[in-house]
Amino acid sequence: MKIQRILALTKKELKKTVREPAVLFMIFLFPIIFVIAFGTAFGGAGSSNVAYNVGVVNSDTGAYSGQFLDGLSATKIVNLQTYIDNQSAQADLSQGKIQAVMLIPDGFSVSLLSYQASPNNPEQWTNASVALYLDKGSLVATQAIPPILQQGLLAMSGQGAPTQGSVSLTTASLVEVKQVSALDFIAPGMFTFASIFLIMMVGQSFTQDRENGMMKRIRITPTSSTEFIASQVISYMGIALIQAALVFALTYALGFQPAVGVTTYLFAFILVTVFSVSNVGFGLITATIAKSPGAATGIAFLFVIPQMFLGTFIGAQLSSAAQTAGQFVPSYYVTDALTSLFLRGASITSQTVLVDFTIVLASCAAILAAGIALYSKRFKL
Amino acid sequence: MSESAIIMENLGKQYQDVTALDNLNLQVGKGELFGLLGPNGAGKTTAISILCGLLKPSAGQASISGYDVQKDASKVKEMIGVCIQETAIYPYLTGAENIDLFGNLHTMDKTALKTRRSMLLGKMGLTEDAKRRAAKYSGGMKRRLSLILALIHDPEVIFLDEPTVAMDPQSRHAVWDFIQELKTQNKTMILTTHYMEEAEALCDRIGIIDHGKLIALGTPKELIQKNKVNNLEEVFIKLTGRKIREEA
Repeated sequence: MKIQRILALTKKELKKTVREPAVLFMIFLFPIIFVIAFGTAFGGAGSSNVAYNVGVVNSDTGAYSGQFLDGLSATKIVNLQTYIDNQSAQADLSQGKIQAVMLIPDGFSVSLLSYQASPNNPEQWTNASVALYLDKGSLVATQAIPPILQQGLLAMSGQGAPTQGSVSLTTASLVEVKQVSALDFIAPGMFTFASIFLIMMVGQSFTQDRENGMMKRIRITPTSSTEFIASQVISYMGIALIQAALVFALTYALGFQPAVGVTTYLFAFILVTVFSVSNVGFGLITATIAKSPGAATGIAFLFVIPQMFLGTFIGAQLSSAAQTAGQFVPSYYVTDALTSLFLRGASITSQTVLVDFTIVLASCAAILAAGIALYSKRFKL
Repeated sequence: MSESAIIMENLGKQYQDVTALDNLNLQVGKGELFGLLGPNGAGKTTAISILCGLLKPSAGQASISGYDVQKDASKVKEMIGVCIQETAIYPYLTGAENIDLFGNLHTMDKTALKTRRSMLLGKMGLTEDAKRRAAKYSGGMKRRLSLILALIHDPEVIFLDEPTVAMDPQSRHAVWDFIQELKTQNKTMILTTHYMEEAEALCDRIGIIDHGKLIALGTPKELIQKNKVNNLEEVFIKLTGRKIREEA
């Protein structure tokens, strides 16, 4: 294997990316526009917090509910609107005027008092439940509001985990998020999302080179198929790395600033870069089926759509069946690992992250091998 | 004929029920410029594709400078230069970048590549356009660049598959002159062309192929005399029953 050949082909591929307007748009400009559009819409450009409108029906007569609500208001993540009864609050919720309704029960303060009196003895607690109704039409509210309220309840009941306290939030997620915006939820998926479109580029590139005779011309040189594939993998890994850097810079500017170390960032970049290998594999499969670059664009969507809908940030909002299906696409594990690292605060050596990384590594190698095998069987490499 | 640089023995290629090459036996001497003529679909490109290692023969064998084209494919690819029928160049690269890419694929030394690139650009009249993107080139310029890509590594054996097609007369004559110059450098060449005057002017020997079979072989003069006609075009019509530019 000659490095000179691999470098020459890699350089050529990178020049193509920069010089071909369609490629440049699809690989770099499209993800940038997408991130800015989504980031601005859900992240609140210029502000790290988004304020959610939450209606409150407070039936509690004690002091703790007031403290709880003051604490929530102080976060500036939620705008609280007081209602006299559930019916009027539900009316506003159904019209989209507020994004959630929270019902604080009569025994809220009593429950917290009982907890504080015997924090380690659940048998002495008077349990209470805060009911939460969410705007089902707002994907972001569904994901973002429960953890915020959960965090407020945690603050009221001390340092214990939510399940250990006497007051529970009936719809709250157990994910520990200190301060969230919708952008926080979708940002990990954006890293994955940008890279998926490489499938289309690889498919088009191979089909075009085959159509105009370039593939034939390269095969006449002593370049081996290993050298050729290595150059493709290196090129697209490099492009994926640049994409990830761009997406990261943009999401950071729009408010996604997870408090994690440099090592975590580096690991995240490695993960996205490794993921791009599967896109070369899918691109090769696309080029195997497609007879022209135009057809490659269409066929690429067979791989782009499932990866996008089932494996990126959109997947988190889908049904449980769709999420189960997502486990069959590599992007799911990339998004899951990034979410664990950035949102759940998991370390890179945690079991979840390592399992995700192993699956990404293995599936990418398998998809690339399948792509090479299928393409070589129909066309020579 | 001097020592053989290219040998084809009982070469055959079958595509399902179509016979593209039928028991082709041919030898091309070292330093010889051999013209391979035939109507469209006669099997010329198939023969060249087998010699370049692009296609596997269904029968027989072929060798270049003693190396089997199948078993020693990588060695053969180091020795050959092929100007393919398609104007295959990367449009988003400049002329010079296209040349450098193929020089690097042949692992040429940087200095040697620069020197040869400069020489070939000059010969093909592309020096001033070397830094322009190839997408902006005219059809004739693209063909000339395509020829440079085939010759950048100074190959011993050269396959020229319709090298002057779509070229203006001036460019065509520049290429002819260059091919003549390659002959003086003792390069072995196989030329396929639809231009009879090109074959007659350049080739030492000519093989006419039809339906995958070699139907005539000799110098242009021998073929004309043997068939008692006035020129190579008439030889072709007499032997194949078709004009060379008719569809097969």
